[in-house]
Amino acid sequence: MFWFNLSLNLIFCLIDMELLVVGLNHKTAPIEIRECLAFPEDKMEDALDKVHTLPSLKENMIVSTCNRVEVYAATRETERAVRDLKEFLSQYHSIPLKEFERSLYAHVGEEAVKHIFRVASSLDSMVLGEPQILGQIKEAYDFSQQVKTSGLILHRLLHRAFHVAKRVRTETKIVVGAISVSSVAVELAEKIFGALEKKTVLLIGAGEMCELAARHLVSGGAEKILVTNRTYDRAVSLAQEFKGEAIPFEDMGQGLKRVDIVISATDSPRYLIQHEQITKVMKDRRQKPIFFIDIADPRDIEPKVGDIENVYLYNIDDLQKVANENIKDREKEAQKAEAIVQEEMVKFVSWYRSLDVTPTIVALRKKFEEIRKKELEKTLSLHPDLSDRERKSLEALTSAIINKILHTPITLLKQTNEEGMADLYLDSLHALFGLSEKSLEIFLEKLEEGKEKEEPNLEDAL
Amino acid sequence: MNIYFFKLASFLYLFGTLAYLAYIIFLKEVLSKIAATIVTVGFASHTLAILTRYVEAGHTPVTDLYESLSFFAWMIIGILLIVNLKYKVKVLGAFLTPIALILVLFAFALPKGIFPLAPALKSFWHPLHVIFAFLGNALFTLTFCCGVMYLIQEHQLKSKRLGAIAKRLPPLNLLDDLGYQSLKFGFPLLTLGIITGAVWAEYAWGSYWNWDPKETWSLITWLLYAALLHQRLTVGWRGRKAAIMAIVGFLAALFTFLGVNLLLPGLHTYANWR
Repeated sequence: MFWFNLSLNLIFCLIDMELLVVGLNHKTAPIEIRECLAFPEDKMEDALDKVHTLPSLKENMIVSTCNRVEVYAATRETERAVRDLKEFLSQYHSIPLKEFERSLYAHVGEEAVKHIFRVASSLDSMVLGEPQILGQIKEAYDFSQQVKTSGLILHRLLHRAFHVAKRVRTETKIVVGAISVSSVAVELAEKIFGALEKKTVLLIGAGEMCELAARHLVSGGAEKILVTNRTYDRAVSLAQEFKGEAIPFEDMGQGLKRVDIVISATDSPRYLIQHEQITKVMKDRRQKPIFFIDIADPRDIEPKVGDIENVYLYNIDDLQKVANENIKDREKEAQKAEAIVQEEMVKFVSWYRSLDVTPTIVALRKKFEEIRKKELEKTLSLHPDLSDRERKSLEALTSAIINKILHTPITLLKQTNEEGMADLYLDSLHALFGLSEKSLEIFLEKLEEGKEKEEPNLEDAL
Repeated sequence: MNIYFFKLASFLYLFGTLAYLAYIIFLKEVLSKIAATIVTVGFASHTLAILTRYVEAGHTPVTDLYESLSFFAWMIIGILLIVNLKYKVKVLGAFLTPIALILVLFAFALPKGIFPLAPALKSFWHPLHVIFAFLGNALFTLTFCCGVMYLIQEHQLKSKRLGAIAKRLPPLNLLDDLGYQSLKFGFPLLTLGIITGAVWAEYAWGSYWNWDPKETWSLITWLLYAALLHQRLTVGWRGRKAAIMAIVGFLAALFTFLGVNLLLPGLHTYANWR
């Protein structure tokens, strides 16, 4: 009896529940507001517990990154839940609601599903296709599981979201191509040298630009960093940061002979590196290829240097152009990704709707099956001399009859998209056939079984 | 029997080529794996074709144009498979497989019967000569492909286009290195091919060198590759210049193999058109 009540409660929780997201992101709110509303990791459990005490919410999860703060929830009182969540954000961070209410958005139902699918696929990110967001959502989900604030609906929603993100990543090229100047430089270096292991980089100038580009090359695998600068001390201190080697500015020519990649970013008003000099250097290098990255303005390297054989010269504009093209490519791919999101959203919503009709279908089938069995038994007991084959035929005949009769109503139920119509059908069926609530028990068991099978592996999705 | 295996191999090379082309268009890893598998099976079938022909004919099957083309294609695919094991240059298949396919299709159109050997070919030296020469040429085919890819990729990088083409081609250094490696192995083999050829000529025709067109052209090819190797070793030639030279050398090698037989009459021609 206890189990029966429990399952009934659970089912009523599921039915009529609406998905909801309330939050703000980099598009709707400036950094100052996002900072104020963020939930630091160590306070996450506490925050989740507090949200969970709101009576209007059944399941919830908080996503908090530097670009977004969002609360995902399942509720049966949408309007109240939205209000409660806004209040919660304001109270928790002790900021008056009116200061950030304009930045908040609230998506309900289909829109909420679509929203999380887009976020997980990095279609809603500041940098389109950036990979971190998926990990951040997974973390948020793990938190909500630890604190047990997420239930069947969020569980299913999140697993679908991971699945969508995986599809977007494998079926579109949204994560392909470098889109920052530094990462373009690394990509180019790899197109020239292959792996960057054992490659040496020379930094001319010890400014921030040099450092940033060098950091990318080092994380790309570059082995050694040489630094040269007019002020030798600064060269030394930057070299220390990379565990590299500082060389005096006058010895730059010597340095050019033993490096593979040169990054130049000084504020010298004239060219530091000239065509003639490099022609000679190339002879000394036995034509070993060299890659110059000139990110100075005005330029440090004479453009003609790029015409020398086995010398590759890119300036900041060239790099930016490549980056821009890659961004354009990503935007094109994003359209494909949107189509995938749309498709998956429809799938999820129809699963969600089926939560409504499935118990009735199960009950209906069970009722018919019971009648069939009873009547069949009666008939069989009247004719004990029937052969096995004849008994089987009777079984088949009766089963076929009920299947044929039920086919049309069940198909109709499954396909009804309009909520009002679905309710009408459900009510009529319950009244006409006197269906009991008991059938829900069976449904629940089935649902649990189905859950095991249908869940995509989380590790796969990431 | 050998013809069936050969036909099967040809079909597999055809599908392998298509799969490789699909790979360079769609850049899906699965496609390159499918292509590699098809080509590997094709190679196995081709190996059986050559072995069965050896048994059925009773001599190493490198005596007429059909056999030579088939053998050449077999070696090219063999080299592709070896390189695939060592280097991660998946697009290479998209270059080498079509070349092998063209060779086997060409062979397909030729008479494939087994005929008794001409007396001059009944020699220990003849198969040796042909095998060395073809191994060298197959390696030069690889050098050639690397050269072509290098020139395309270099042009992309110099003109600052990092588009669809640059994405599909391997890094310059890798291409240059692979081109150099294949040259280093190909050159001694070609040299051996020419030496064994001269020894065989002494047996068959009574003199080591007859200045017939094939011999002259092999010498030209040899000199071109010798020059390239020399420049690479001494002056440190690499990249563009080396790539162009590799292409020129390959054209000369191709002419030595096919052009001479088809266009210039000489001592070597007798073996090819029956």
